[in-house]
Order: sequence, then structure tokens, then C-alpha cells
Amino acid sequence: MTLERHKYDVLVIGAGGAGLRAAVEARESGLRVAIICKSLFGKAHTVMAEGGAAASMGNVNDNDNWMVHFRDTMRGGKFLNHFRMAELHAKESPDRIWELEVWGALFDRTKEGKISQRNFGGHEYPRLAHVGDRTGLELIRTMQQKIVQLQQKDGRETGDMESGIKVFAELTITDILKENGKISGAYGYWRESGEEVLFEAPAVVIATGGVGKTFKITSNSWEGTGDGHALALKAGANLVDMEFLQFHPTGMVWPPSVRGILVTESVRGEGGVLTNTNGERFMFKYIPDVFKDKYADNEAEADRWYEDQDNNRRPPELLPRDEVARAINSEVKAGRGTEHGGVFLDVSKRLPAEVIKKRLPSMWHQFYELAGVDITKEPMEVGPTCHYVMGGVEVEPDTAAAVGVPGLFAAGEVAGGMHGSNRLGGNSLSDLLVFGRRAGMGAVEYVKKNTATPVSDAAIKAAAEKIQAPFDRQGGENSYSLHAELQEVTHNLVGIIRTGSELKEAIAKIAEIRKRSANVAVAGGRKFNPGFHLAFDLDNMLLVAESTAKSADAREESRGGHTRDDFPGMNNKWRQVNHISSFDGEKVNVRAQSLPPMPKELFDLFDVHELEKYMTPEEVAKGGSN
Amino acid sequence: MARSIKLRIWRGDSTDGGLKDVVVEANEGEVVLDVIHRVQATQMGDLAVRWNCKAGKCGSCSMEINGKPRLACMTQVASFGEEETITVTPLRAFPIIKDLVTDVSFNYKKAMEIPAYEPPAELAPGEARMEQIDVERSQEFRKCIECFLCQDVCHVVRDHEENKKSFAGPRFLMRMAELDFHPLDQRKTRKQEAQEQHGLGFCNITKCCTEVCPEHIKITDNALIPMKERVADVKYDPVRWLGSKIRKREGL
Repeated sequence: MTLERHKYDVLVIGAGGAGLRAAVEARESGLRVAIICKSLFGKAHTVMAEGGAAASMGNVNDNDNWMVHFRDTMRGGKFLNHFRMAELHAKESPDRIWELEVWGALFDRTKEGKISQRNFGGHEYPRLAHVGDRTGLELIRTMQQKIVQLQQKDGRETGDMESGIKVFAELTITDILKENGKISGAYGYWRESGEEVLFEAPAVVIATGGVGKTFKITSNSWEGTGDGHALALKAGANLVDMEFLQFHPTGMVWPPSVRGILVTESVRGEGGVLTNTNGERFMFKYIPDVFKDKYADNEAEADRWYEDQDNNRRPPELLPRDEVARAINSEVKAGRGTEHGGVFLDVSKRLPAEVIKKRLPSMWHQFYELAGVDITKEPMEVGPTCHYVMGGVEVEPDTAAAVGVPGLFAAGEVAGGMHGSNRLGGNSLSDLLVFGRRAGMGAVEYVKKNTATPVSDAAIKAAAEKIQAPFDRQGGENSYSLHAELQEVTHNLVGIIRTGSELKEAIAKIAEIRKRSANVAVAGGRKFNPGFHLAFDLDNMLLVAESTAKSADAREESRGGHTRDDFPGMNNKWRQVNHISSFDGEKVNVRAQSLPPMPKELFDLFDVHELEKYMTPEEVAKGGSN
Repeated sequence: MARSIKLRIWRGDSTDGGLKDVVVEANEGEVVLDVIHRVQATQMGDLAVRWNCKAGKCGSCSMEINGKPRLACMTQVASFGEEETITVTPLRAFPIIKDLVTDVSFNYKKAMEIPAYEPPAELAPGEARMEQIDVERSQEFRKCIECFLCQDVCHVVRDHEENKKSFAGPRFLMRMAELDFHPLDQRKTRKQEAQEQHGLGFCNITKCCTEVCPEHIKITDNALIPMKERVADVKYDPVRWLGSKIRKREGL
């Protein structure tokens, strides 16, 4: 049988927001683009994003601008963010939102007819452009339809709608290929038939999203198996700061089958309050020192803020996600949680039923149909769920080029650096637009200067053998059980609260599962065989878990999405350190690398007393890197 | 509490297949997709089923459950009787690939045939002003998660394969309505295109599509009937007809 082969200028792996935005950019610059997705087109995890996209358009409060957004983002990430990514993101987000509107998106409106913006945790002003609580769906659909528009244009010009941009749906990439140190393409298989495919392309954009399926309780769909993280590692790229995982404070906890499904932060943005089983609004007890001047320490002031934001501090329910998740975790541990291990989130006392149904329609729907709870009348039961990985492929901020691998780019959740140790809600949708576009631009510039390197027969043979291997084994391990074992290990030992001894135990256990996974056998044929698909996903998750556990063990402090029981509290020395994971073919190695310091013009955007809370006296005295 | 339930699953491919009976455990609060996953993990490792979000937001796990097109992730096991056998079969209107997975490429082809949104040429990014009340009509249709249950249930194609060529189906006729109702869309010929090229006239408003929509979009009442009325306006109003002949106007 002859191998199916395709040649493109740019190969985009992943059809979520970042991948589609990169594809649009590359096609509009005249390049031929292939988009590859594991699912059907339009089903990517981006559709699950509910709250909105953060952009300082200033439509609701005109005090907002990119500098305020930049400051909020750095604070949210506890100053571990790559300053340049946070800067580009804050500056370019408004243009990216307006551009979607030109492509046909219909955001909710203000009274003046502008794009409406809502409050969210960690954002000083109402900043999230939204469509009810289904903003991610609007982004995906808008870009999906933009791609159809580009295809129709190509169709008019060439007679073939798929001549310039083509979607390869339900296709898994198992290898990114290199020749002479440069990207040459990628290899994979059709999920439907199991047949193999070779893509030859000088540039590859990885936009595969997150790693949530490594964990037991997660808001992520089956696709979040860290494919891009692992593909990049194996291709010689680095991952940065993989210890930082965001546990979203509010996932559903009951019934068991929905455990982990996201409850949007908009519920709190719209006035939802968190209480324990004693009826206490407990968040007032958990305001950390660094945020004391921005958050109300009493109910009266917190409630007034919804009416008058200029003269009152924000309610502590709107602290960054890491703070709220830890607080809920502590309440449950102290015995003040519900019988199902959650706390109560109630918006029914704040807003009339019809307003709740209008502003939070999919939440109403989700609780009513899956849990039998009417959120316009009763509280929801919520608890932390693994939601987002801040760590990811180490990239050049301006071009999204993966460090160390010419021709490889990464954008969206799979890229690291932008969010530091904790991402603010709403910064993900804007991140994928800003850096999706930049990855597309980066790939275009690269392709202009570099011609394609043909893929060697040896590389094809090696990739093909890897795909066939699990079918040739008899009576080996079952990929479903190994996956479940891995999820137990990460949940119990690398979860929301960590300690050194448990992390070391996790590293050993992950290595053991990985050894056994080399012996995974698959029953049945190649045709749409989920057991076969999981065998490859599992390999990716194991590498990601190893990188996370090792990075977490190395970081001896607590910061953002990394909390150490044995090292509570932030340590300003650790703020200067990024953890870089690389792969030597056998195991993941983690080393420390200095964080690039902020230049003076960004340093000066902060009050020096605030910086003293995060930086060492020497850094503060230096006052910026230039 | 866990209990045993009887599940009957269609297994096979385009050449051959049939219903297979299994007994599987179900826990409190579980949905049909949960028990299908349990069968997959413990009894049939190669059972093919599409799914993604398991929260009713992506529209991947469409199938027919006891003959009704539904999302498996939003169908509670408890909604069936204790002794009842739950029968799951692939969507009937589309070709089978394997087990519960069908070839839904028909829908993506139709999506590519709907003329794209056309923004006003002069409007700079950020300058658009629209009233909430004006965007809400199209917003209702943009809630669509493309589960294609409406496409599956619509008798125009469900029982008449030959109609597929000239009928876009409820989902994409609704997409045309969405664009026609978009406050800023500049294309004036959508009504005729819906009628003449995409088979709006086939629809005889039995509302089956509305009934199966997991997003509760009123596809027939709010999209298809108003589109039909607009077509009637353009096509059968004698003054407009005369006007379009005299001034050679496109569309309206």
C-alpha cells in the first residue's frame, strides 16, 4: 500500500482558537496551510471556554488600558510571567477582539452598542468581551467560518476550495519530523481508518492545548492529553515551568459522573458568593497580604462594589483562581465542606431568576440537566478541578518560535511563559488570539527564508514502526488501566497541595508506569479503535506528568499554581527561576534558568512598594534591566 | 448506588453489523456516555464512539438512544426504567464508519457552500455599534453546537438520500437566517439562495429539528419560518417584483 503524502508550507497541529488564528494568518499571507485536529472540526476544547476574552478596550470603564491589563496579568502570575509575552498580550488583545467582530462575531453589547465587558477575578476593571457564558464557542465558530470564507475565495480563484487551506479532521500526529536539525514535517494516522499519513512542511505550529487528562478530576475533554507538549519535547524543544497547573476553584462535584466539569468564574463575576456548611462567607479569611489593598475585608464593602466600583474594594470571591482554589481546599479539609467534598456557590440571592438565565444560560442548563439543581433558586456545590497548564513550550515571545528547533512554533495553552505561575480568567482566549496570530506570522517569516527539507525514508520507517508496534504485541498492558493508574498518581501525589516526599514517590511511580506502557497491546483492528488511540495519548501524558512532577519537586516554594506543604509561602529568590524540561530520549531532565528581567519602561509601571513584595532588594534597586 | 443495566449497542461497519447485548454497571447520576465508556474500558476496548466535552457543549456524542437522536452526555441513565434495555445506535441519516461513529462530512460540505458573512467595507475594527436587542436574534442561532441531530432527524434527508444534494438541512438553513438577520451583513441575496440553492422549500415545518435540539434553539419558529416569510415577501410581492425588474436590483 502506498503511503498518503501531503506537502504544505505550514502545518498547524490543533484546531482550537490558537491553531485556527495561526492558520488564518498564514493563509492570508499567501501560504498553503494544513490544519490537523484530533476531533471533528469545531469541537476543540476552546468551545468550553465560558467567561470571555480579556482585552482592555475600556468600553465599560474608560480607565482601562493595556498598562492596567499588563499589571493585572503580572500580579496574577506572581511576576513569574515572561514580561514580553504579557506586554504583547495586553497591547494587542483589543485589536484581536475587534478583528473577530469584523469576521462576523456577535458579542454582547453595552447600552452604547459597543462590545460589553464583564468583571473577572484579578482584573481591575470590567474587561472580558463575552457572549453570555459561551464565549469560546463564538470564537471557534467565528474562526471556523472565517476559514470557510478564505476557502470560498480560493475556490473562486482556483476552482478548488481546499487548494489553499485544508482541514484534516480526526487525525492524530504521532511524530514531528526533523532533518538536519530543522523541521521537515509530521507523521500520523487517520483515526477513522488507522491508515498512516505523511505531511511534508518546513514549518509546524503546535497548538494542541492542555494536559488536563493527566489528572483524575479535570474540566478538560479527552483531547487534553499533552500531545503538543510531548511532541515538542521529543522534537528537541524545551518546556518551561511545568510545575504550574491551574486548579479552577469551581468545578462541579456532584453527581460523580460530572465531577470536574467547569462552573464558569462568571458566576462570581455576576455576584455569586462562596459559603461553607456553617453558612460562613469564608473568602474574607483568605486574602493574602499582597492583595490586601485591592480586596474588601467585609461583606458590606464587598456587596457595595457591585454598584460602585470606584469607591469600594472588590469582593474576595474575585481573587485570582489559585487563591480561591486553595481556600476551598482548606475549608473542605477543615471539615466545613459538603458531604460530597465541595462548598456552596450561590448566585440565586443576588440576581433575579430571569437575569441568571440570560447571563448564565449554559450554567443553568448544565446544573438543571446534569445535577437536577435550579441555580436560580438553590446554591451549586463546587470544588477545585484541574483546568489549565501554565507551563508549556519555551518560545520566543515575538514570533512564538520554539527555542532550539528551527521551523517549530507553539501558541495557546501549549506554549509557556505568558501566564507565569497562575493565569487570570479571560486571559486564555485573548492569549490564543494574540499568539496564534504571532505564530502564524512567525511561520510565514520562517518559510520565506527556508525551503522545505525532504523527509528521509529512515524517518518514515521509524514513525511507521512505532504506530504498528502495539498491534504486534500479544497480551501486554491495557492502556485504559494504565491511564487510570497514572491519574491516581497525579491526583494523589502531584495535585493541588504537594510535598517533597510525595513528589519523589510520584516520579518513581510515573517511571514505572512508563516502563509498563512500552508493552501496551491493542485489541481489535486499526479502524476507529479508541484503545489504539489511547495508547499514543498515554505516552504523551506520561512525559507531561514526569516533567510536572520533576519541576514541582525542584521548586521549593509555593507560588500560583504550585503549592508546597513543606515550603509554604513565596520566596523572592525563586521568582528569578524558570524550570526548563528537556528530553534525552529516555527521561525528562529539569534544570533552572534565569528569568529574563523586565526593562525599565515596564518596571516603572508598578509602584516600587508593590515590587518589593515580589522581588529581592537587589532587583528592586536595579530598577529594570536597561 | 451502583446497579446493573442492560445496554444494547450497535456494532459493525459499513459492510455488516448488528445489535449486541451487554450488562454494565451504572452509578447514581450517570449519563449514557458514562456507561458506554465503562463498556469500552472493561468489555469492548475497540468500541468506537465520538465524544469530547461530556458537558453538552461540543456536540460530538450524537447518537440515537431508543430510536431518538440525542447527545449521550446529556441523557441520564435514570431517565429510563429499571428494567428497560437502553438501545444505542448510530445516527441514521449518515453513512456508518464503525459502531456508533458515522461519516458526518455531508454537514461540513454544506457549511462550505453557505456564502460567508460580508461586513460593511467602510467600517473600521472597533467602530461597529449594534443594539443588544438586534444581535440577540442571530445570537440564538449561534448557540448551535453543531451536533447535527437536527440534520439527522429531518425527514427531508433521513428517508430520502437523493435530497441531500439540494438540501442544506435545518442547521445550515438556520445559518443562512443567522446571516440574514445579522445587523451588519451586506449580502442581499441570502433569501433567494436559501430558497433556490439550499432547499428551504423542502421544509414543511414539522418542527422535528426543534424538538431534538439540545440547545433548545427554536429552529423552525425563529429561523426557518421567518426565512420563508422573507422569501415570500421578495418573491410574491407584486410591487417588489416589478421594482426588481425595473431597477434591476439584487435581492430586496
